[in-house]
Amino acid sequence: MPEAAAVEKTAVSIPVKVNVNISVNGKPFSRQVEPRMLLVEFLREACDLTGTHVGCDTTYCGACTVLMNGLAVKSCTMFAVQADGSEITTVEGLEQDGKLHPIQQAFGDSYGLQCGYCTPGLMLSTHQLLSENPKPSEKEIRKAIAGNTCRCTGYMNIFKAIELAARNMKGA
Amino acid sequence: MLGQLGEGAKFLAGGQSLIPLLKLRFANPGHLVDLNFIPGFSFIKEDSGALRFGAMTRHAEIERSALAREIPVLHDCAAGIADMQVRNRGTIGGSLAEADPSGDWANALITLHTVVHCLGPSGARTIQLKDFIKDAYTTALAHDELVTEVEVKIPPKDSGGAYLAFKRSAPVYPSASAAVQLTVAGDVCRNASIALGCVGLTAIRATDAEGELCGKILNDKTIATAAEAARAAADPQPDMSGSIEYKRQLVVALVKRAIRIAARRARGEKVEGAHLYA
Repeated sequence: MPEAAAVEKTAVSIPVKVNVNISVNGKPFSRQVEPRMLLVEFLREACDLTGTHVGCDTTYCGACTVLMNGLAVKSCTMFAVQADGSEITTVEGLEQDGKLHPIQQAFGDSYGLQCGYCTPGLMLSTHQLLSENPKPSEKEIRKAIAGNTCRCTGYMNIFKAIELAARNMKGA
Repeated sequence: MLGQLGEGAKFLAGGQSLIPLLKLRFANPGHLVDLNFIPGFSFIKEDSGALRFGAMTRHAEIERSALAREIPVLHDCAAGIADMQVRNRGTIGGSLAEADPSGDWANALITLHTVVHCLGPSGARTIQLKDFIKDAYTTALAHDELVTEVEVKIPPKDSGGAYLAFKRSAPVYPSASAAVQLTVAGDVCRNASIALGCVGLTAIRATDAEGELCGKILNDKTIATAAEAARAAADPQPDMSGSIEYKRQLVVALVKRAIRIAARRARGEKVEGAHLYA
């Protein structure tokens, strides 16, 4: 890697590690990390929260989707330092007091998963959808999860799961 | 700061194009300067007949903006870029500064009067969008200069536009796209801008196709003639998303459809329109 070896001499001092403070699922995580560490690596390796998956690692598949301040983002396409000071929700944060979140329950009840690899990302995209639009049409559901690739289910049961979650969350 | 870091440094906006390019080793900057923590860089304002977008305004913010909805081609574009996650992060200024030949914004905005406000160590300047995008991945920006704002003149009341892109799936770049802005008087087209995306090194203004519509009655025949002129203007490369002939045929279909939607909107109809994907 000649490019990496040829470090430029600059007037700005670049720290080797930076302090990153992120609230993950309501708990503060403070870690010294390399500036180039991706958010998904921070979650999996620095916080030991391995529910967030890495699929394509090129901003296509959505397996790494988490919520940042309530909005779905691909955590493989952000650096951890960019999430400094923000609130992150991962799949581990959906369950409350040992009880599955209605979105998790609905994915189970509707057989909205097979291998489960894409499921955490899908559930977090669903979370943003239902928080903005409690009664989405099928077209709106399709649009909201268009950035989450599932190679098992054919999606039909996922649509059913999201419709069921929407019904069960009404008045919640 | 970018000047101090030297030629190997690059600005990082939404990162939805740049970070994948880093991972694929297509870009090798020695340093990144993140623009995300700079306040006042994200806004949508109406100001003396123009809409002004802060460079760091996210696609999703434009998608949700009632102001941006007043210029339908902008809403079409913002609402159809990639997927929800990418729209939550990607920015209008970053998209223009990246100048990806398959990017959406440059193609949609080139049909309107768009100027790009830039800032660098030697001061601020404004550049017409058509002069801003020089080539694939190449803009008029100096290395240490950045986009601060994108300003779009609000088209007249009797004008309407549409942006359509054909994608194989949501997160991929389109195979081809078409942007159309028409000003009409009854059935007669007074003014037309037609631009094609993903079928050349930059967005292509299909001037011959525009000429086929100006001063003519909009009907199946004139629309088909304009779409054929657009086919000739397209200069696509064959790749995984299709052959040259396939992409030219896509251009014809997209231009026809965009002209029809633009014409209906110019007459005051509300028409849903966004990117298409199979």
